[in-house]
Amino acid sequence: MSDILAGGRTGPPLAYAIVNTAVRFSPLLLLALGWEFLGLTGLVSQQMLPGLGEIADAFSSMLFGGELLYNTARSISRAAAGLGGAVVVGVLLGLLMAQFRPVRLLFNPIVQIFYPMPKSALIPVVMIWLGLGDSSKILLIFLGCLLPVVVGTYNGARGVNPFLLWSAASLGASRVDVLREVVLRAAMPDILNGCRTALAFSFILMVSSEFVIATDGVGFMISSLGDGGQYPAMFAAIFFVAGIGFAADRLYAMFARRALRWREA
Amino acid sequence: MSVTHLSASPRSRAHTASGISVRGVSHTYGARTAGGMLALDGIDLEIADGEFHCLLGPSGCGKSTLLYLIGGFIPVQAGVIATSAGPVTSPGPDRSIVFQNFALFPWKTVKDNVLYGLKKAGFNAAEREQRARHYIDMVHLTGFENAYPSQLSGGMQQRAAIARTLAVDPGILLMDEPFGALDAQTRRVMQEELRAIWRDSRKTVVFVTHDVQEAVFLADRISIMSARPGRIQHVIDVDLPKDRGEEILENREFIRLSEQIWRLVREQAVAATRGAH
Repeated sequence: MSDILAGGRTGPPLAYAIVNTAVRFSPLLLLALGWEFLGLTGLVSQQMLPGLGEIADAFSSMLFGGELLYNTARSISRAAAGLGGAVVVGVLLGLLMAQFRPVRLLFNPIVQIFYPMPKSALIPVVMIWLGLGDSSKILLIFLGCLLPVVVGTYNGARGVNPFLLWSAASLGASRVDVLREVVLRAAMPDILNGCRTALAFSFILMVSSEFVIATDGVGFMISSLGDGGQYPAMFAAIFFVAGIGFAADRLYAMFARRALRWREA
Repeated sequence: MSVTHLSASPRSRAHTASGISVRGVSHTYGARTAGGMLALDGIDLEIADGEFHCLLGPSGCGKSTLLYLIGGFIPVQAGVIATSAGPVTSPGPDRSIVFQNFALFPWKTVKDNVLYGLKKAGFNAAEREQRARHYIDMVHLTGFENAYPSQLSGGMQQRAAIARTLAVDPGILLMDEPFGALDAQTRRVMQEELRAIWRDSRKTVVFVTHDVQEAVFLADRISIMSARPGRIQHVIDVDLPKDRGEEILENREFIRLSEQIWRLVREQAVAATRGAH
């Protein structure tokens, strides 16, 4: 649907949109009901699957105690550092691989071997290399996010319509201009897709690395609450981080949609 | 004094029109492999300064390849291509091109597409604005400056592409079946407009087409190319009035030439079909 017809919003009225959204997310409500029902029947112990009310209580006390926000901020700063580095390096490497044969020949096999490898397998390695501080987690997130960005950029840059490159050159663009202003822009849809995958990976690696090597962060919180038997609080932290991941993805999708507005007709 | 006027624009950025000289040019695709395909074989062609020249031939005769060689998009393997600026070695704004599939930058609006080459040419902001407005107006796209290519019809996209190319004022205008994707009516209108633009700007135009009527309508001279490997079989002078409109279609000379050229092209097309079996 087009935003171009500014002001003339022809979409459904607001009430309709709200009902629509409610219907779309109704499976979540069913899931919540099933959760409560399982607890009530006693098929699963209340300890393992605490009631949603209990979880909400634990959530509010953690929220107002400040620990949840503090740990979340710690986690997100690591994820952002790793992801940010991966985007910068990944786009650069992907572009160079697409443009220059020697770079491609050097990195292609490396990318192909490491792409399917679960990056959480590197947790012990980065711990040995860099210890328990922030840098080990940032490196892990960086490595995990790098390849989706490289692959997205590479595919996008290789697939650029050659007539666009020729047009730019015949309008006076230098080789560097063509790379920056045409290849990079034309590859943007694929780059943004790669970054979206990387964003999801950054959350996964953030939490899983904090299970193993951390003294703070949401992942650390979840695992230590679990170890301490504080299941309602543990579930509260899990739901919270899931919600943040969902929100980040949504925000990103909105941003990408805006950036690619030119594709809509 | 007029000197002060001149100093207001320190250097002329307009590319002067130039003839094109093609000598002994051959081209093989996949030359480095055993199964290379000879696309052009010993092409000699002199195109005069300010001439409207059509390359006409069946699909696959190498006419686009010849155009891309003149544009400097693919390297010359054998022979020499030169303009008044010297041998062609790379693409440049003195030989700007319009492609069949328009090749507008889809992430730029019509106006930003037109501005792209003007920025490269070093015009200042005021000049860029003025020239962009002028050429957008010339192709009748005023009011669509802020539209993205995906929001325009094929004819409008092609007009935007023509404005983008004309705005950098190339001495040589290369056109690769630019109207091939348009419907018949739009095509006719665009042909008339192109002819008028060419008459007023006196550029050298090399226009690739497989449409006989289009070639006769537009060109001063027509090179008829043979089926693969491409050779220039005939060069025909088109002796028709400079001003050509709808009425030219009924001109006796136009009809005679079209029929003559059609027969020559048909021979090549038949040869091409036989060659394919």
